[in-house]
Amino acid sequence: MVKRESGLRKRRVSYEHEISACSIFGAMNTSGERFTGEGVIRAIANMHVRSNGLGGGFAIYGLYPEYKEYYALHIMVEGRNEESKKETDAFLNTNFDVVYDEEIPHAEQKQYSASIENPPLVWRYFAAPDKKGGDKIFSDDDYVVQKVMEINTKIKDAYVFSSGKNMGVFKGVGYPEDIAEYYLLDQLYKGYIWTAHGRFPTNTQGWWGGAHPFSMLDWTVVHNGEISSYGTNRRYLEMYGYHCTLQTDSEVMTYAVDLLMRRQQLPVSVVAKILAPPVWKSIEEKKDEKEKKLLRTLRMVYAPLLMNGPFTVIIAHHGVMIGLTDRIRLRPLTAGVKGEMLYLSSEEAAIRLASPQELDKVWTPDGGEPIIGQIE
Amino acid sequence: MKSYLLPEFKIDREEERCIRCRVCERQCAFETQRYDGELERMFSDAEKCVGCQRCVIFCPANALSVSSNQFAYRLNYGWTRERISDLKKQAETGGIILAGCGNDKPYRIYFDHIVLNASQVTNPSIDPLREPMELRTFLGQKLDSLALELEPGSEFKDVEIKMELPPTVMIETPIVFSAMSYGAISYQAFKSLAIAASGYGTLFNTGEGGLPKDLRAKYWKNAIVQCASGRFGVDAEYFNCSTAVEIKIGQGAKPGIGGHLPAEKVSYSIAETRMIPEGSDAISPAPQHDIYSIEDLSTLIYALKEVTNYEKLVSVKIAAVHNSAAIASGMVRAGADIIALDGLRGGTGAAPKIVRDNVGIPIELAIASVDQRLREEGIRNRSSIIAAGGIRCSADVIKAIALGADAVYIGTAALVAMGCTLCQKCYTGRCSWGICTQDPYLAKRINPDIAARRLMNLLRGWSLEMKEMLGGMGINAIESLRGNRDHLRGVGLQEWELDVLGVKGAGE
Repeated sequence: MVKRESGLRKRRVSYEHEISACSIFGAMNTSGERFTGEGVIRAIANMHVRSNGLGGGFAIYGLYPEYKEYYALHIMVEGRNEESKKETDAFLNTNFDVVYDEEIPHAEQKQYSASIENPPLVWRYFAAPDKKGGDKIFSDDDYVVQKVMEINTKIKDAYVFSSGKNMGVFKGVGYPEDIAEYYLLDQLYKGYIWTAHGRFPTNTQGWWGGAHPFSMLDWTVVHNGEISSYGTNRRYLEMYGYHCTLQTDSEVMTYAVDLLMRRQQLPVSVVAKILAPPVWKSIEEKKDEKEKKLLRTLRMVYAPLLMNGPFTVIIAHHGVMIGLTDRIRLRPLTAGVKGEMLYLSSEEAAIRLASPQELDKVWTPDGGEPIIGQIE
Repeated sequence: MKSYLLPEFKIDREEERCIRCRVCERQCAFETQRYDGELERMFSDAEKCVGCQRCVIFCPANALSVSSNQFAYRLNYGWTRERISDLKKQAETGGIILAGCGNDKPYRIYFDHIVLNASQVTNPSIDPLREPMELRTFLGQKLDSLALELEPGSEFKDVEIKMELPPTVMIETPIVFSAMSYGAISYQAFKSLAIAASGYGTLFNTGEGGLPKDLRAKYWKNAIVQCASGRFGVDAEYFNCSTAVEIKIGQGAKPGIGGHLPAEKVSYSIAETRMIPEGSDAISPAPQHDIYSIEDLSTLIYALKEVTNYEKLVSVKIAAVHNSAAIASGMVRAGADIIALDGLRGGTGAAPKIVRDNVGIPIELAIASVDQRLREEGIRNRSSIIAAGGIRCSADVIKAIALGADAVYIGTAALVAMGCTLCQKCYTGRCSWGICTQDPYLAKRINPDIAARRLMNLLRGWSLEMKEMLGGMGINAIESLRGNRDHLRGVGLQEWELDVLGVKGAGE
């Protein structure tokens, strides 16, 4: 139904849907021991030609142990707009108890690659929710999600990179290795999960917020692919209050993960079967009646969340890193294990480069078969 | 009274080819062809000809051709040949002009102004000959979420579903045969649809004329049984011999109008199936007299769910009209598992021509607005949408699904597969093709096994074509196309039409 409000017709949604290809990499220490990003940066740099300098980024877990009780908000202010920065500070001070904040350290000009142009101001805040009045009914997480959406949609030039605890996203327009150099990632930080992304969009839009990883609370997604079911997925998620504003497939993937894993509390193994379910033929061939019924029911109930078309995704959260391809594996994913280290990558060579020693095991998972790394 | 009507068709017979076998005479149910024994020649009465082409197809000597009679009143865009003929008909009869089939007027066919997408470079297209390509569809309510139980550390296959699941119906292709009642169509045609639906793994719809007893055991699993305003053939057993029960509120060919099966068609067997006296008129009132409002609909929906022990889906079928979106929202809230929308071009066995040609809205717009409304209200999962009325080919199915339908009903297309040529004389009961008739001599022209094969071929052909189009879009399961309007673009449409359809213009 087209609603007419004050004589105006509701226009059809005319969004641009962006197309991109990519390199992705993930490394996790399943004992939870933190490590530096040197290997990860070398690995993603090795896949240089899979991106084109229009986006690179990293997510790191176990990043801020000293502030692990607080939400770490990484917020970008485009054009270093002072007004927006002030507005953001005021907004945060009204809605949060900010215990510490600072500009995220970065290399000085001439010390980072010339391919990085006009970097925005990127600030980090460690904050606890300061819920007032009617907001008290919300959980901390839901409250933070709302406030993040408010910043993204209401404060001009401000955009939240990440909003989880003891984790953070560093991203921008440039090759991923240059972004790492810009944020001094190899010098300053340690984490027990690192994911990385190099982007190859087919348009020339250069916006730091559009780089990967995408993040919602503690969830991050790096993604390589083009989802042909985008319209179906997007319209389904809209029914649950997610509004896709970034026009990328990866955003849809992030919201789907948030809906299924955080809000509906579904286990990872089930979520994998929702996003990339087996084909009917292999479901019908299952001997176990219970499993058959479960797979059938998942496909039936969550049909609009089937991610169709080529994709590989690395989803991370505290204590878990998941690699998944579409069900007929139209984009590459290779996994490798060395001791406590789990690696996921677009290319095997990058894993071998990242691992200081010979790997215990390297393999290519089947389409739709999730690789799940969990803290033991 | 002398008729002033001019013959609509012209019959040409090549005398030197004609072998006087009299096949044409026997095939024509309208007694157009006649043999003169003395002259040893065939003669044709063109004014009786309905243009159904039965004689042409069956003439063993290829001696016949039937074409539109190119008589010409003076050219006039307002007072067309059809308008003038209708005026003369009414002047001669004083009645309502009847018509069969669907609206044939040149209202915009939106399907013909929508084009599909295909993958190039950034996303591979998928070859359905080499990769799985899935059309399987589930009708009925889908839950918003699943309650699952999983012991920590256990495997995926140990996950338990901790809730009761609502009934759903699985079909192998999102194409279902539309409601055509036994009475409107012959037993043979009716049975053909049942055989084909069961053979292909989809559904047929009994229409409002009941389900003959001898078809119940074999075909109930594929039957949607209808409960319409006439309540013909309705009892608990009938409702339970089904996979879904459909409450028929309206029909695209005649929104707001009831039905009338004339007494002469009510044979012993039809009388038995409809549970009415043999040789009596079967009249379906315009409204259902126990549904004057939305809460009444809810009462009937739940009465039907009670009688079927909550095991069957309940569908509610309406004609697509101006407020379909709001009405559909009410229907979902009233408990309907399926919303069946029948558009402006939906067919019928008989309807007042004036209604058929002037009431209702195109199905494409109805699908788009209903789907959008249900999503805005967050209740789209609660019901499936089946779109009907003017689905002519597999591309129409694909476009209907991308606009938001779960599946489509086909009626006219199925009849054409069985032999129908859209002569629009269904209401006469003299169908030369044996479809829309109760005359045993005509009806036996349909061999249900052969007609079912034609129908299954049609389903197969369309399904293969749909797989090609899906693969081209880089999609390998039909559910990823549902409501996926990104894959559609409008050509030659105005801004408001694109807004209602929710699609961008080509090149946008």
